[in-house]
Amino acid sequence: MLAFTLRRAVQAIGVMFAVGIIAFSMFRFAGDPVNQIVSIDTSAAEREVVRKSLGLDDPVPVQFVRYFADAAQFKFGVSYQFRQPVSALLSERMPATLELAICATVFAMVFGILMGVYSALKRDTVLAKLFQAVSLIGISLPTFLIGILLIYLFAVTLGWLPSFGRGEVVKLGWWTTGLLTLSGLKALIMPSITLGLFQMTLIMRLVRAEMLEVLRTDYIRFARARGLTTRAIHFGHALKNTLIPVITVAGLQFGSVIAFSIITETVFQWPGMGLLFVQAVQNVDIPIMAAYLLMVSLIFVTINLVVDILYTVVDPRLRATVGRAT
Amino acid sequence: MSDAVVSSSNGQSTQPAHTARSWLSRALDSDVFYSFRRSKLTMVAAAITVLFFLLAIFASVLAVQNPFDPAQLQLINSRISPLWTADGQSPFLLGTDEQGRDVFSAILYGMRISLAVGVAGVIFAGALGIALGLIAGYFGGAVDGVIMRIADVQLTFPAILIALLVNGIAKSILGNRLDATSMLFVLVISIGLSFWVGYARTVRGSVMVEKNKDYVAAAQLIGLPAPKIMLRHVLPNTMGPILVIATINLALAIITEATLSFLGVGLPDTMPSLGTLIRIGNNYLFAGEWWIVAFPGLALAALILSINLLGDWLRDALNPKLR
Repeated sequence: MLAFTLRRAVQAIGVMFAVGIIAFSMFRFAGDPVNQIVSIDTSAAEREVVRKSLGLDDPVPVQFVRYFADAAQFKFGVSYQFRQPVSALLSERMPATLELAICATVFAMVFGILMGVYSALKRDTVLAKLFQAVSLIGISLPTFLIGILLIYLFAVTLGWLPSFGRGEVVKLGWWTTGLLTLSGLKALIMPSITLGLFQMTLIMRLVRAEMLEVLRTDYIRFARARGLTTRAIHFGHALKNTLIPVITVAGLQFGSVIAFSIITETVFQWPGMGLLFVQAVQNVDIPIMAAYLLMVSLIFVTINLVVDILYTVVDPRLRATVGRAT
Repeated sequence: MSDAVVSSSNGQSTQPAHTARSWLSRALDSDVFYSFRRSKLTMVAAAITVLFFLLAIFASVLAVQNPFDPAQLQLINSRISPLWTADGQSPFLLGTDEQGRDVFSAILYGMRISLAVGVAGVIFAGALGIALGLIAGYFGGAVDGVIMRIADVQLTFPAILIALLVNGIAKSILGNRLDATSMLFVLVISIGLSFWVGYARTVRGSVMVEKNKDYVAAAQLIGLPAPKIMLRHVLPNTMGPILVIATINLALAIITEATLSFLGVGLPDTMPSLGTLIRIGNNYLFAGEWWIVAFPGLALAALILSINLLGDWLRDALNPKLR
């Protein structure tokens, strides 16, 4: 168990190292960082001073170690377009993205599980068929089209919900939240649905498939023979056993939710990290791109690591096969 | 889709007497074509896909104007609503945008660009993935380890993130030399580098099964070089699953291109794809000019849905377990 955890941790560090090399190469070799900082009429001598002050005349390995050491302390340099430290920009925007991602995941879990259970239990009803059709469309349509459709319906035509921004936010220390004001909550609804729709259809299909599988097993038949109520069988026995893969998928998908929030944040002009990243790509702001890559990779790698380790805790069979393989 | 899995009893493999017949009649008699004819939804999807490809190819014939030629645009024709509404004007079937550009013509040209980037992206991703998959599967060992670790790592990241990164790096390297045409290539490369993993893993898996079979040993014994064995003998036996991945990837590639263009890091306004048209039209949504965004959006959605349905059907039709 310990050996397995250690090996996974070493792998995770290896991945982060590789991502770090990519981030550093972007920062160092994709365009000259000095040109981004000085103005066009700066003399060559002054450019050399800037180059020296940034440490760009050191050997590349030295620069790489320094970049890594700085990144480990969340120092990612200065943004070319905002002239502010990237870490300040990111930490200012992170609450917006995390709040949106969490709301989207909760939305996806609640509705995905409800719709999945319903369409497994009442397979041939009209509503269940409708859910299946909706899930096919949800998987096929690009996120930004769904966002535009929602804006047209609920912001332009009906005028119920705001079409952009976070509404009023409350400051809790360095964290800002829109969950405590009415306008903040209203602003969260459409972005959360847009972002969560894909995961919702994924969870719905998974719950439906797992439920159908579990309902065929012997222990469910035995539970019926014991005369348990249908409700106890469906929700106490069947649903509980489908939840393990569902929670795994939802957990693994959380990283994707954060990455896909790039699109949702652009559609709704949501002031999060994703919007910052898109603006960085548009304006070739390499320090922000590199920092975003590192941050998102860290989130991905951590989630994968935690899920892998939790899996072996939950399922002893996995531990056995791992032990045999070594 | 359920009837797509029913198979015929007179498949080509069971009738050796007919191998001399023409390619077409064999294709019409195959299991795959039989299952195609049995699924109405698939036939509709195929019809829509073919229609869209034809519209894109013959865009310059069908369009009432060339939406990229400023000389053909007149501001007097700007913001006309679709033909069937009260303010509609002929010949602008789906209305015009703020520059007097016919929305229908813009969709035809945009579709052409979306499909071209999508197809080229799939071909590039396929070539890269198949090559790496063949090498990894055939040689195994350390080569296999390195390629597959890269694939594993890349698979944990969503394709759109990788496409955005490649896009940003290409932009910073090319700098001011980046015009609309070179943007096309940047997009194809971004998409290709985001989607090669699927092909590589599938090809590697099939190759590892195939390479232990007698025919490969025979080819090695008569002294054929490794590249020739890989390309001429092993690769054709892995084509079924690759075709399925390519179809589904075409939809994904088109979505990725549209998303990048929508985010403002893809094709510029001077050479709009469907995604660019949606981004432009989105700015006029609040002014009530819904048709500028609605019709490109509808076209994109219909295209992606049809290709996805085709991919789903192909996966079931080529899956021997479902026969």
